[in-house]
Amino acid sequence: MVNGLHLNAVAIRQGTKTLLHVDAHIAAGEVLTVMGPSGSGKSTLLSFITGHLAPAFTATGSVTLNGQDITALQPEQRKIGILFQDDLLFPHLSVGVNLAFGLRGGSKNERQTAIKNALSDIDLDGFANRDPATLSGGQKARVALMRVLLSEPKALLLDEAFSGLDHDMRAQIRDMTFAFARQKHLPVLMVTHDQEDAKAAGGPVIQLGA
Amino acid sequence: MTDRAVGRPAKAARSFWGALPLLTLIIMIGPVLAGLLGTVLPAFGYLPAAGLGAFSIAPFTELFAWKGIWAATRLSVTTGFAATLLSLAIVTLLMAGWSGTRAFRWLETLLSPLLSVPHAATAFGIAFLIAPSGWIARMISPWLTGWERPPDVLITQDPLGIALTLGLVTKEVPFLLLMALAAKGQSASAQRMRVAQSLGYGRVSGWLKSVFPVIYAQIRLPVLVVLAYSMSVVDVAMILGPTTPPPLSVQVVKWMSDPDRSKRLIASAAALWQLALVIAALGVWWLGERIVARIGLDWVERGARNKMWDKTARPLGLTLGTASALSVLLGLLCLTIWSVAGFWGYPDALPQSLTTKNWARRWPDISDSLITTFQIAALSVVVALALVIGCLEAEHRTGRSLSQKGLWLIYAPLLVPQIAFLPGVQTGLIMAGATSGFWPVALMHVVFVLPYVFLSLTDPWRNWDGRIDTIARSLGTSPTRVLLTLRLPMLLRPILTATAVGFAVSVGQYLPTLLAGGGRVATLTTEAVALSSGGDRRAIGAFGVAQTLTLIAPFAIATLLPYWLWRNRKGLHG
Repeated sequence: MVNGLHLNAVAIRQGTKTLLHVDAHIAAGEVLTVMGPSGSGKSTLLSFITGHLAPAFTATGSVTLNGQDITALQPEQRKIGILFQDDLLFPHLSVGVNLAFGLRGGSKNERQTAIKNALSDIDLDGFANRDPATLSGGQKARVALMRVLLSEPKALLLDEAFSGLDHDMRAQIRDMTFAFARQKHLPVLMVTHDQEDAKAAGGPVIQLGA
Repeated sequence: MTDRAVGRPAKAARSFWGALPLLTLIIMIGPVLAGLLGTVLPAFGYLPAAGLGAFSIAPFTELFAWKGIWAATRLSVTTGFAATLLSLAIVTLLMAGWSGTRAFRWLETLLSPLLSVPHAATAFGIAFLIAPSGWIARMISPWLTGWERPPDVLITQDPLGIALTLGLVTKEVPFLLLMALAAKGQSASAQRMRVAQSLGYGRVSGWLKSVFPVIYAQIRLPVLVVLAYSMSVVDVAMILGPTTPPPLSVQVVKWMSDPDRSKRLIASAAALWQLALVIAALGVWWLGERIVARIGLDWVERGARNKMWDKTARPLGLTLGTASALSVLLGLLCLTIWSVAGFWGYPDALPQSLTTKNWARRWPDISDSLITTFQIAALSVVVALALVIGCLEAEHRTGRSLSQKGLWLIYAPLLVPQIAFLPGVQTGLIMAGATSGFWPVALMHVVFVLPYVFLSLTDPWRNWDGRIDTIARSLGTSPTRVLLTLRLPMLLRPILTATAVGFAVSVGQYLPTLLAGGGRVATLTTEAVALSSGGDRRAIGAFGVAQTLTLIAPFAIATLLPYWLWRNRKGLHG
């Protein structure tokens, strides 16, 4: 099993205290749910995988993505997309430029077409020049999702990504995210405290203790 | 299994970013240390530039034989402590009695822009107000006082330094108030006050007991800066201070500008004496803090509610705060009127006519020094901004934040009195054979501009949402592109504000411009202060107004530009 995201005996310590210990494999198109009380190190695990571990922590073990060891790579070289609870659209850029920020390569025309199609995929045709602050919560979440997907990640991390949305919107965005991830064969690691998220993901669940 | 450096920058990049804070410290501390050395050597008789190479303590014997030494020493100490205590008291009373009220917000709006008005312009404005021939005397004459001619009393330049102290207070109140307001955000003061008042404490005593200790801990460094500054200030003292003898720092400048180079020996000895006085005063203040803390703790433990205090303390605080703000504003107004005044006889409250002739006549001088002022300010602010942003970005990339000790080092140029090390800088430049004054002046300005730029930019920089960085990097963006396309544009508003603050600091500098420039660099401030002895009010008015306008422009840009640039970006209008 070379494809997918492997967490090989990952252990994260803060000082002398071991925060967490994870050994897991997420196959392409599969969702691994990580649950646990606050302080159990869920977000720290994600920052280790994206390459943003704070200096207060030390980590052992390795992360391999589709057979490549990415543990020592710079964050921007890892091709791991992440979504947070807040949409975190860049407030000074239009919706279209926010999407373009994630795009890789292509001529000007190709990029414009890609953005147009992407907006169409999330039912936001004609939104390219809009100020992100004027969008509704659900619309922002869809733009944020599309921005990650356009950067062609090889894996997707979700850090309480649906917690900021109300109940109906939450299910809609969650289904959309999982559908895109399956379609693009992405391994997904989801951190959540919501049982419904875990149920909807349908994959294995890891429980981190505090 | 081995430990790995995870996602930290590559080694070469790390050493660049790691070295940047060190480079900044060298730029900050280097001139101070070199200047101190350049003061210490002549103070002990060593000045090859004047053909003096023998070490001795003669300069000190000469200094203490000078008949003005004890009066000058006393002035330095009394004005320093009086100005610091008064400013701190006014700020404390204002915050204790009024924070959270509409009156307070109103006063806050009034005082904040005053922070940027240069010391010299403030001092001139106050002199124009309170002098026997000043605006206040004119307003109440002759109907109240019966004066047909200015009375022969020494109100400004009084031998006790009262006018000097008042002039310092009006400038330090806005400074300390803004520092205290910044500290208030992290002190949960509203909650503390709710608890204190629900326990039956009066507003003022409740605030003093529950909020003041937290806030004072955070504004301690600025308070010490005010003390060191007030003891050794030169420009304000030249305008409002007594003349025979002048405060110690002014006398140092007089000796330094004496054509007889051997006078630099006694000047350096006096500068060191000034430094010793400031160090001793900082020690006394430190001791006082401990005594006050002890007494305060007893007072808190006794649990007196002191509700009656509010009746006197609140009006007193508001009156003093308003008076302080008004005296700066009215002073500026008075400068403006003088700059366009035609004939203005005593005791008329207003000139008989207004004219642009004063401006037209002095415009060549004003525009020349305006250009020099602008060039020095622009250069020093750009360098300071680059270093500060570099340090903050280094902190972000290496994950190591500046320690408390490092912060003290950045403040060092503000704590060491300018008069103690700038004479040494000048002596050193002469010995090195420097001819042009422009570059040394610009470098010295960086030293004083940088701490304020740092102060103004640090909080907004650190409060920037780090998850934006995580997201952008995971989208495949390099750290440098994140800095250039996301962080800097998103922080445009605080960066412009820091620029305006830096500009204000640079424009207001007197002593660094005078001494590092060897008297050859003429800025609006040095020109205005040089006019003070001549007493030409129309000229002083024009230079003071030009100086103030130079500061308003950057602040106006800092306010309006982001508003216009982000007019279609609601998310950036906090």
